Amino acid sequence: MNPQDLVSKRVRDVPPSGIRKFFDIASEMKDCISLGVGEPDFDTPWNIREAAIYALESGRTHYTSNHGSTDLRREIQKYLDLRFGLKYDLNQVVVTVGASEALDLAFRAVMDPGDEVLVPSPSYVSYMPGVSFAGGTPVPMKLKESEAFRLTPQSVKNAVTPRTKAIVVPFPNNPTGAIMTREDYEKIAPLIIEHDLLVITDEVYCELTYGHEHCSIASLPGMQRRTIVINGFSKAFAMTGFRLGYAAGPKELIDAMVKIHQYSMLCASVFSQDAGVEALRYEYSHGFAQVKKMVAEYDRRRKLMYSSLNDMGLTCFEPLGAFYIFPNISRTGLDAETFCKRLLFEKKVAVVPGSAFGDGMENYIRCSYASSLENLKEALKRIKSFIEELK
Amino acid sequence: MSEKLEAEILEILENDAKTAPEDIAAMTGAAEEEVRAAVDKLENNKVIVKYIAIINREKTNAEEAEALIEVKVVPTRGLGYDDLAERIYKFSEVKSVYLMSGTYDLAVIVHAQSMKQISQFVFEKLAVLDGVSSTVTHFIMRKYKEQGVIFTEKKEAERLVVSP
Repeated sequence: MNPQDLVSKRVRDVPPSGIRKFFDIASEMKDCISLGVGEPDFDTPWNIREAAIYALESGRTHYTSNHGSTDLRREIQKYLDLRFGLKYDLNQVVVTVGASEALDLAFRAVMDPGDEVLVPSPSYVSYMPGVSFAGGTPVPMKLKESEAFRLTPQSVKNAVTPRTKAIVVPFPNNPTGAIMTREDYEKIAPLIIEHDLLVITDEVYCELTYGHEHCSIASLPGMQRRTIVINGFSKAFAMTGFRLGYAAGPKELIDAMVKIHQYSMLCASVFSQDAGVEALRYEYSHGFAQVKKMVAEYDRRRKLMYSSLNDMGLTCFEPLGAFYIFPNISRTGLDAETFCKRLLFEKKVAVVPGSAFGDGMENYIRCSYASSLENLKEALKRIKSFIEELK
Repeated sequence: MSEKLEAEILEILENDAKTAPEDIAAMTGAAEEEVRAAVDKLENNKVIVKYIAIINREKTNAEEAEALIEVKVVPTRGLGYDDLAERIYKFSEVKSVYLMSGTYDLAVIVHAQSMKQISQFVFEKLAVLDGVSSTVTHFIMRKYKEQGVIFTEKKEAERLVVSP
């Protein structure tokens, strides 16, 4: 028996992650500055870590309810109401192992073979494979730099068919840093209702916006009943390793997601859940000061990256969310993969080719500015000299 | 000049006083000239009083000592807290003086080359001042954190080099 043949067709058909290749090369390299990191460089605030330690000390090491601890769901309920005006009952919230699990649950809970899901392109690497693993068919919606990589009615119209069941809405966006305003959502909401689509919205970067308040698509009239809101603690509270996320939505859909969750994951780690309670309670009582401080710091780096990259001829549209910038490298005459490989080998700076996030993104690279100012400045210097040597 | 820009500049410089005006400009989106003018203004108005280095004395070879001294005073008409504080802060050994609530009145931080010098300062200069009723001297044994900076070597958190 050849083990290779045992792998299901569904899994075989999904291409390997384009990011993986770069990780393997870059992690071997010394003195490499990485702008390839998709997680905050800040340490988890101490009060949150301390809460997790206390949870362990006091023996909080058992299962919680499948939905997640009542305390945490109460805080999440309060958060969604306070920040986005979204009201949910406690049984409309499920706590998951990162927002990633929530996404997987959402796809698996609604997909039947042949169902199509609209996925913006470019976007986070997991959506397309997630839909495929769940037995659905992902259909890319091409986003354009000239439209600031926002979803437009035309991008939806071009991709929707009678078999379309759901649409993934991930803003602020990884890898582009694009956001969607309420006005942008107002333009596509009627189409979503007309085609009777379910919205799966990944809002994990919602706290990281610059100059614009985040708007959840679920807060538009008539949308909450057809939307699964997915969010997590990783980006807003620098808690990636805690693996803590959640979904909120119509009870019937959350019930279906909990059914899968209870047979697979049972519950998210209990001390992570306790840490999540601390994270939210602390921010309520301090007017979100810790988060605001982090956002102010990201914003300075964002401006530095934006002006420096544009100055050296790598034009980019201005990102207004998350911690990524997505420069257009077409003027260098190199495709993204070549650009990234040469930059890595010649200047020891790791960035990720746009092609890892969607077909047709060969003219873009993703730079993360979740790195110290010192690192960013050095990386920018190296990128500049790389570009000058190309001329 | 916007107040917002000034606040931003203060935050950046408080974190790293060596940040160059061109970098501040890039970080705030303001013009470099605008940043230079704002910094000048902040310096002239003594909002920014001085730029100093934070030194980890454990790593220097020089013999040094530092103490926090609690001072109780008896203010009298014509010789109030401010006058007494002034008489104390003018000594060159004195790094900081604060008026405190609680069981004592002035917190005085004194820096010298040895504990002996500090002791001498206390019994020769400080304790004998008119208006000072008592002093309690606490020598600082180790500094863990100063001005928001942690001195103990910290291991850089391990992150994957490239992640989605």
